[in-house]
Amino acid sequence: MLTLAHYLVFAALLFSVGLFGILRRKNILMLFFSTEIMLNAINVAFVAIAHSLKNIDGQVFALFMIAVAAAEVAIGLGLVILWHRKHKSLDIDTLVRMKG
Amino acid sequence: MYASVVLAAVLLLPLLGALYAGLFGTCQKSLQVGIVNSSLLGLSFLGALYLLNLSLHNQSVQAVLFDWMALGGFSVKFSFGLDSISAVMIVVVTLVSFLVHVYSIGYMLHDKGYNRYFSYLSGFVFSMLVLVLSDNFLGLFVGWEGVGLCSYLLIGFWYHKESANNASIEAFVMNRIADLGMLMGILLVYWTFGSVQYSVVFANIANADSHLLFCIGLLLFVGAVGKSAQFPLHTWLANAMEGPTPVSALIHAATMVTAGVYLVIRAHPLYSALPGLGYAIACLGAFVALFGASMALVNKDLKRVVAYSTLSQLGYMFVGAGLGAYWIALFHLFTHAFFKALLFLGAGNVMHAMHDELDISKMGGLLKPLKTTAILMGLASLALCGLYPFAGFFSKDKILEVAFATGHHGLFLALLIGALFTAFYSFRLLMLVFFAPKVHSIDHPHEASSFMLWAMLPLAILAVVAGFFEHGFFHFVSKAISVPSFAEYSVPKLLLLALTTIGVLLSIAYAVQKYKKGFGNKEGGFFYRLLLNQYYIPTLYGTLSRVFLKFAFWVWRKIEVRMLDVFVDTIAKIPTLLGQMLTPLQSGNLSSALRLMTFGVVVIIFVTMLSFWS
Repeated sequence: MLTLAHYLVFAALLFSVGLFGILRRKNILMLFFSTEIMLNAINVAFVAIAHSLKNIDGQVFALFMIAVAAAEVAIGLGLVILWHRKHKSLDIDTLVRMKG
Repeated sequence: MYASVVLAAVLLLPLLGALYAGLFGTCQKSLQVGIVNSSLLGLSFLGALYLLNLSLHNQSVQAVLFDWMALGGFSVKFSFGLDSISAVMIVVVTLVSFLVHVYSIGYMLHDKGYNRYFSYLSGFVFSMLVLVLSDNFLGLFVGWEGVGLCSYLLIGFWYHKESANNASIEAFVMNRIADLGMLMGILLVYWTFGSVQYSVVFANIANADSHLLFCIGLLLFVGAVGKSAQFPLHTWLANAMEGPTPVSALIHAATMVTAGVYLVIRAHPLYSALPGLGYAIACLGAFVALFGASMALVNKDLKRVVAYSTLSQLGYMFVGAGLGAYWIALFHLFTHAFFKALLFLGAGNVMHAMHDELDISKMGGLLKPLKTTAILMGLASLALCGLYPFAGFFSKDKILEVAFATGHHGLFLALLIGALFTAFYSFRLLMLVFFAPKVHSIDHPHEASSFMLWAMLPLAILAVVAGFFEHGFFHFVSKAISVPSFAEYSVPKLLLLALTTIGVLLSIAYAVQKYKKGFGNKEGGFFYRLLLNQYYIPTLYGTLSRVFLKFAFWVWRKIEVRMLDVFVDTIAKIPTLLGQMLTPLQSGNLSSALRLMTFGVVVIIFVTMLSFWS
């Protein structure tokens, strides 16, 4: 029997995977994927909690987040492509134009 | 209600003029600015006459413009009041400044700073009216500083001249020194009486501590010494001649230098309670009367002679006020305003004709081309000497009588000698300018425009007839000023009059005789040099200020640069250093920023958990 705890542990693990990806990866695309994984981990937690509370709010939130993440990825990928055209590189460590 | 509107109008019309002219300050000169400003002053004068009339019918007027300050228990209103003293003052101030404005239209016609000039001049009048009309010490102080500022602007009007700049700074600094005393006096007034309102303060004088009262009287008088250019703060007055001549007329006759006398008259309940201080004031006044007159004896600068004369006449006023005869001091102020303004405007005409030459030993023979000016200046000089029936006779001889009647024969003698000096230098000036053989090389010196001469005419008339208002003046002013017991003089009046008149006539005869044939090379000797160098007081001040400058340089180099600056710089360096340490964080590298952020989040979560568990 799967309880809420299982789902939450799964979500936490998924989130950690995403976080690990963000911290370790250098490629912007990989960073994007990691962000998406983290967002989805949160979605899982939302849906699971909404289900256990018999409340629809969490589900609605998850839907919103999917929509927003999609929009974000669309714009983000556009930027990444432009960046790649300009610099022929997607290595995050070379992107230091905002250096103080 | 209606009257207080008039009062506010009298006060604010000059301000309006100053703002209006200031609006065109940097524009091309335009004649209408002068005309508009003069008409505003004219209106103000008419209002002042109306108020005088009200005051004659025993009406007092109040105008509260707005609440000025309310801090805890301290509250001051920006309010103005009219009594017979201020009624006399506003009439004199607005009349003289109106005529000076009209005269200036002609005098400044060829000056580039024409608009600016009128702005300053009207501002000057406004400040003086604030000073005179205010019904509390704080308002008085605002006007006091206002005339100081405007005199600075006007004395340094031709700012491209270094001497004018220096003179304006000197006037300002001298006045600041005195103003410190004045300000402390006002603070002490508030501390003692809990109010700065004249009515409250003067009503409670009897209850106040006599030592404090003495300090207040002394400190306020220090302020008066600065404004009225009494010894030892007198040097600025002669140097103030760097400004345009009508300004000198205004400063000397009706505004700034009379402010000190006005203050003593205004605070007469205070000074009446301090006879010792009053006597000291009278002594200082008598000293300056003699001192100023003696410097005028030898000076060759046309305007400076008249300036020293003012110094000496202010001394007379202080003798009157110091001995408790406030109404006589005010009366002398009243008559002096007319003939001194006339004398200065006449000097302006002479300068105009002589192409700004000021040395009277290089003039002579101006009687024919400048007939009207000669007559006007002659009248003014006769009034200044105090000959019957001119205005000066009535007021100056009254002061001599008071000195005699109160038994201060030393003061009387000083004033008498001062009067002889006055007669001598006045006629020395007239002889050298108008009657002596021609020395200058100007082909056709010409009279000023008739317009300017018309502006001087009312002053000339008043210089002749003002003395006859004596009794009316006395009755009017004595409503506001308690007249001391020696009002009825038990003195050999006729003898005194004869003594002064004969002395003055002899003095005049001597001057006429001595300078009949021009200046020559008659003068020399120790006393001459002493007087010409103004008793070496400016030299002394110069030395003192150089010593002070050296000290200031030392303080700057050793204390400020070596100690204070180093200390402050060190404090400033600490944040800079910290900032430099933190700049590596701003590498712009996304992964390091993310790492830091994650680290932060972990710390926050950890702390939150800890707080939950505990």
